[in-house]
Amino acid sequence: MNSSSGDEATLNEVLEHCNDLRLAPIPDVGSLPERYTGTLGHFPVYFPEEIAHAAGLLPVSVLGGGNRLELKHADARMGSFVCSICRSTAELGLNGSLNGLTGFITHPICDAAKHLAGIWARNFPEQLSEILYLPQNVNSPGAVRYIAAEFQRLRGELEKRSGRGVDDDALRHSIRIYNQNRRLLRELYALRRDEPWKLSCTESYLLTRARTRMPCEDHSVLLERALAAARRRTLPSQDKPRVVLVGGFCEQPPIEMLEAIDSNCHVVDDDLLIGLRWITADVPEKGDPIWQLAESFVERSAASPVQHDERKTKEGYLMEMIGASKADAAVLTAAKFCEPGLDEQVAWAKHLDGTNIQYLVLEFEEKMTSFEQMAMQLETFAESLLFAVAA
Amino acid sequence: MTGKAVGAAANIADTAAAFDGRIEGQRLMRDWYKALEEAPARGQHVANVFVMGNAVEILRAFDFQLVFPEINSLQTGVRKTSEEYLRLSEDYGMSPDVCSYVKADVGLILKEHEHPAGRIPRAHIAIASNMCSTFIKWAEIWERLLKTPTFVLDLPGQRAGNWRVRPGDAQHAADARWVEAQFQDLIHRCEAITGKRFDLDRLAEVEDRVNKMVAHWNNVMALNRVCPAPYNAMLDGLTYIGIMNVYRGTPEGVAFMRNLEAQLKTKVARGEGRVAEERYRLLFSGTPCYVSMRRLVELFETWGGVFAYSDYLTFAAGGMDAGDLAYDTSRPLESLAEVTALAAQRGLSNQFFAHERLAQQIRDYAVDGIVFHGIKSCRFVSSGMADTRDYLNKRLKMPSLYIESDLIDPRYWSDAQIKNRVDAFFETLRQSGGAPPAGKSVPPATGRAA
Ligand code: SF4
Repeated sequence: MNSSSGDEATLNEVLEHCNDLRLAPIPDVGSLPERYTGTLGHFPVYFPEEIAHAAGLLPVSVLGGGNRLELKHADARMGSFVCSICRSTAELGLNGSLNGLTGFITHPICDAAKHLAGIWARNFPEQLSEILYLPQNVNSPGAVRYIAAEFQRLRGELEKRSGRGVDDDALRHSIRIYNQNRRLLRELYALRRDEPWKLSCTESYLLTRARTRMPCEDHSVLLERALAAARRRTLPSQDKPRVVLVGGFCEQPPIEMLEAIDSNCHVVDDDLLIGLRWITADVPEKGDPIWQLAESFVERSAASPVQHDERKTKEGYLMEMIGASKADAAVLTAAKFCEPGLDEQVAWAKHLDGTNIQYLVLEFEEKMTSFEQMAMQLETFAESLLFAVAA
Repeated sequence: MTGKAVGAAANIADTAAAFDGRIEGQRLMRDWYKALEEAPARGQHVANVFVMGNAVEILRAFDFQLVFPEINSLQTGVRKTSEEYLRLSEDYGMSPDVCSYVKADVGLILKEHEHPAGRIPRAHIAIASNMCSTFIKWAEIWERLLKTPTFVLDLPGQRAGNWRVRPGDAQHAADARWVEAQFQDLIHRCEAITGKRFDLDRLAEVEDRVNKMVAHWNNVMALNRVCPAPYNAMLDGLTYIGIMNVYRGTPEGVAFMRNLEAQLKTKVARGEGRVAEERYRLLFSGTPCYVSMRRLVELFETWGGVFAYSDYLTFAAGGMDAGDLAYDTSRPLESLAEVTALAAQRGLSNQFFAHERLAQQIRDYAVDGIVFHGIKSCRFVSSGMADTRDYLNKRLKMPSLYIESDLIDPRYWSDAQIKNRVDAFFETLRQSGGAPPAGKSVPPATGRAA
């Protein structure tokens, strides 16, 4: 085997593992590495995983049920007008798939997500179930202090549940581990921006998503291997338009949809799983670790349609993504029945109408299983872009 | 009692009896729209606010003219013109699946602010709280289309089931500190916009009036615990709450609430109910359908069913009706933050942990059943409704009905279907030996004196 086919084999093996993890249930407590005493579920978008990590609870993102879950209970408990990720998350709770969680934390990103806490309180009173009230105002003085108080509260709750004290040193240790992971994720995205033919959006997504089912330190090892192999890939660059993909900040587009986009475009930046990449630089490893995490949420953070921040208009950050990744166009998606996503989709489209940047509007649902029409739309879009560039 | 005193008491009773909350409420609403139209000519600064978590007390202290875009939207429904506004915004690109209040407002912007009640002035600032997440997305639309500066007021809500926060405890203190920090920021922004210095005495004055209004409002709510209920929470109550919001902290608001309480007390003393023969006391959970509310209420009242309470009257007034919330006007700003933090949690918990408050209200208002009104485009009230219903059915064996329509979109009102469901609900209540004619005895009102 020459080294290039060896790299390809490594990458394939890692990606296959990641895909298995994507489809796997939450890890069984018995199968966890020794330092973990349980799992803590958290809903998108951002959650300070370091605090759970330091408490010996494996943070697992609860990302809905994808397109293989049959809803048997949730239909009767959540209206058909609620987004799929909320309904399938409720289903996973009600069908017992999340029984092993020590707790489930949701966020005030939207009203549907806040309701999940009520559903949990009514149906699973034995689990810790909470809304972590991250603020929608991060611009007033006092925001960091408030977030720090909220994180302290979470720290106390997790200490109680895990039976393990979380001292500052343990938190700093966890911050270091996550900083390393964040660096690697930034490298992953830089590779896609600079040499997109070496790593597709689907591949990058699978690699990132693996962190939702494994310890962060193990995920970093996995990322290092994958990155090294991808960098050495000798695939030829392809004649595809460079696009930015937005709208995957909460409910996740099906993998088949990402593959359809990859078949036609180079996705040079996206907001998929943005919560896992929310902190955009290293969290300072010195000083009060809770304060540093809180401050990072405000000062070193990404953007999404469900976080208000006067410094980052939604159009502004889309344009920054397009500019920084030298994209030719944008794919503007929204999850069906996701009110914030649908509002943003209109705003983005109207904004791009005033520029010479082309865009394609797509609506998705995590549970969708038919992609032919979407593939055709993408093909036509990509062709028109290439034609426009060539002309 | 002297002859003079007897005469005075009779006069008060006559005045109270002559007061009609709905007619007076409609007059005040017309006055408000007139004031809106004339605000630019007066050179008055204008603020857009929502009904929940809005810092109205601070804005009034700066003399802002208040615009309530939710009320503008619902008024398009009441005046049967909403469809035109909704279609305009859908043609613009808004999804059919988003809040119809937002869409009606986008339609209003596209119609150059021409509202059936008059021209709505453009705002100099908008306050959007996180109590309903759609408020924030809505305000971002104004930022974008009208360049309205927006202030998001973040009010930490109830974090979990059985969340017990008591005034002054550590959690409440932390939340109140955060709210106060935001108020300080808002005050600076208002000073910059209006060119006026903030006046704490003005704030205290407004708060004193809010205290009075809330005290009367609590008594008004408590009066409906009596059987027969003197008013229908989802018809008369909608006018009352409109005044609670639009005239909050004003002399007109205090007078309205005082007269309303007196009038309803007179009704109760005479044993007069909203319906001639109250047979079923009901609780309405959710938001109204303003295009067909009169019709919906009629479907229930023909069976002798009256809505004695609705959680809408609590959350749409921002959660101030819990009975023990009053501003300490000797420390107006701190107190505003403390009360706002608590009221927000009570207003929010009405929805996100609805089972807790509903279980209490079922007892307080001695209701025979709950009517859940799901709104497809309002995730704030509707997302957890089916699960709450299931919980209350199982735990409290409370009969319930679920119907679905929209806030103001007439395309979602299906008269025959809703009538069938309402009739079937009452048939079931009757067959299961529900409340006998002439109702039953319930605890007397226990309000606070204003
Ligand atoms: S997909 Fe949209 S509506 Fe659903 S939980 Fe996420 S942000 Fe909320």
